[in-house]
Amino acid sequence: MAAEKRVVFRSGWLPWLLLAPQVAVIGVFFFWPAGQALLQSLQQSDAFGTSVEWVGLDNFRQLWADETYIASFRTTAVFSMLVAVLGIGVSLLLAVFADRVLRGATVYRTLLIWPYAVAPAVAGVLWLFMFAPSIGLVSYALGSLGFEWNHLLDSDHAMALIVMAAVWKQISYNFLFFLAGLQSIPKSLVEAAAIDGARPWRRFWSIQLPLLSPTTFFLLVINVVYAFFDTFGIIDASTQGGPGKDTSILVYRVYHDGFKALDLGGSAAQSVVLMAIVVALTVVQFRYIERKVTY
Amino acid sequence: MVERRPGLNLLTHLILLIGVAIVAFPVYITFVASTHTAQEVVQAPMPLVPGAHLVDNYTTALLGTRTGHGSKAAVGRMMFVSLVSALIIAIGKIAISLLSAFAIVYFRFPLRMLFFWAIFVTLMLPVEVRIAPTYKVVADLGMLNTFAGLTVPLIASATATFLFRQFFLTVPDELVEAARIDGAGPMRFFKDVLLPLSATSVAALFVIQFIYGWNQYLWPLLVTTDESMYPVVIGIKRMIAGGEAQQEWNLVMATAILAMIPPALVVMAMQKWFVKGLVDTEK
Repeated sequence: MAAEKRVVFRSGWLPWLLLAPQVAVIGVFFFWPAGQALLQSLQQSDAFGTSVEWVGLDNFRQLWADETYIASFRTTAVFSMLVAVLGIGVSLLLAVFADRVLRGATVYRTLLIWPYAVAPAVAGVLWLFMFAPSIGLVSYALGSLGFEWNHLLDSDHAMALIVMAAVWKQISYNFLFFLAGLQSIPKSLVEAAAIDGARPWRRFWSIQLPLLSPTTFFLLVINVVYAFFDTFGIIDASTQGGPGKDTSILVYRVYHDGFKALDLGGSAAQSVVLMAIVVALTVVQFRYIERKVTY
Repeated sequence: MVERRPGLNLLTHLILLIGVAIVAFPVYITFVASTHTAQEVVQAPMPLVPGAHLVDNYTTALLGTRTGHGSKAAVGRMMFVSLVSALIIAIGKIAISLLSAFAIVYFRFPLRMLFFWAIFVTLMLPVEVRIAPTYKVVADLGMLNTFAGLTVPLIASATATFLFRQFFLTVPDELVEAARIDGAGPMRFFKDVLLPLSATSVAALFVIQFIYGWNQYLWPLLVTTDESMYPVVIGIKRMIAGGEAQQEWNLVMATAILAMIPPALVVMAMQKWFVKGLVDTEK
């Protein structure tokens, strides 16, 4: 960040003009609303917006006392861990094999990366359709195997459904980063190990996997962020937080409490909690990026 | 490939093919469902090969001439709304980020670093964490159900500003000196030297931001209540109303396929820039 230009232009007004559009957008649509969220989290207003009173930290106290909110934390943790671990595992497997392919590697890559382009909400609809209890193809197949699938009643099924949809969409991203990571490992290392008699499996565990650890850690953070914030569409289009509130992750809850239940103070307090989480995740991410430079 | 192992090579292709099949399966099913009548689709098990109603279903969906439950808005209009919003978001983000990165790198002025950090901090304020107050701002400005409301609040971009700043810092100072000697002012330098040099970064960012714009869901869900302003991703969701069995799933699935085609085409056609964009933005 210390880098500066030696040669610059001189103008009193031009830089301000150049910055104006970006500053206007972030001021009006980022900082002002974020400030409002902070204020509202300390206020209580009735549903019609006619009276507002200061309640200090009451909204936060209510949140911590609310068992369903704590449960929502647990749901989010379970969901993001499942998405991160499964997504990283499956993509690593595919990337390791794709790295071995000499001919047709780009074909496989092309065929594996396009789900990145599918909107989360569309992914949710696709998986909902396959697993719909009465008409879905997969639920029918499971039924004929004697397994009764119903994500409308069984919360484990509902969780499995959103995890599958979220992982499916994220595989392409993880795959690309793993493949790039594998291809940047010097061939001489792998060849030297092969001459020493290490078989592919051994080479994977002793050379490739350790050298991929920066990529893996980076992807872990990115996948957790993805599961936290970018899966709203999947959930809203498939389970809508149900059954009950069993797949209602934090972001879904902020939306639900603010727009469906109209609890502005509570929703604002949740926004503040989420902001704290984003700040924490961003710090983790940037500390890692600083370290990456030294690798 | 280090050594010859035919067995392992076979396994490699097998695993990759299974991977490709699993990735493609949901979309294949979607496509098949979009070529049958609504009745054929809801009779479990649904057919596994494409049917004869492809043209019917897609014309009905595109023109919005369907009957039944849920929203009946025309998908053609929705695709247009999505396209316009995605283009405004992608181009807008790139334009304002180029300008602000240029200001921050090539000028010295008071509060410069404050602005830089202010833009940086927006990374930590995704729409998802401030939805209610942002909605209120947009509503107060009368921007509900407008293209401005759909796009402007999403246009600020810390990642793009960063990326261009990093890139500008690597541009040799000699270019500025040469431009100065030739009598070029800052804007002339920006237009004739910096912009052409940034072309690959711009292409890479465009792919990523176009997909980002096309796939927006939460924000359009809040700011559009009028059918004529639904982006296609919202349209699909609005079509699904009532119980599963009464859905015209064939039309919903046709819409889903239509919603996937433009961003998928962009990714496949601009694969090189897409990969560069992903790696650059780490998004």
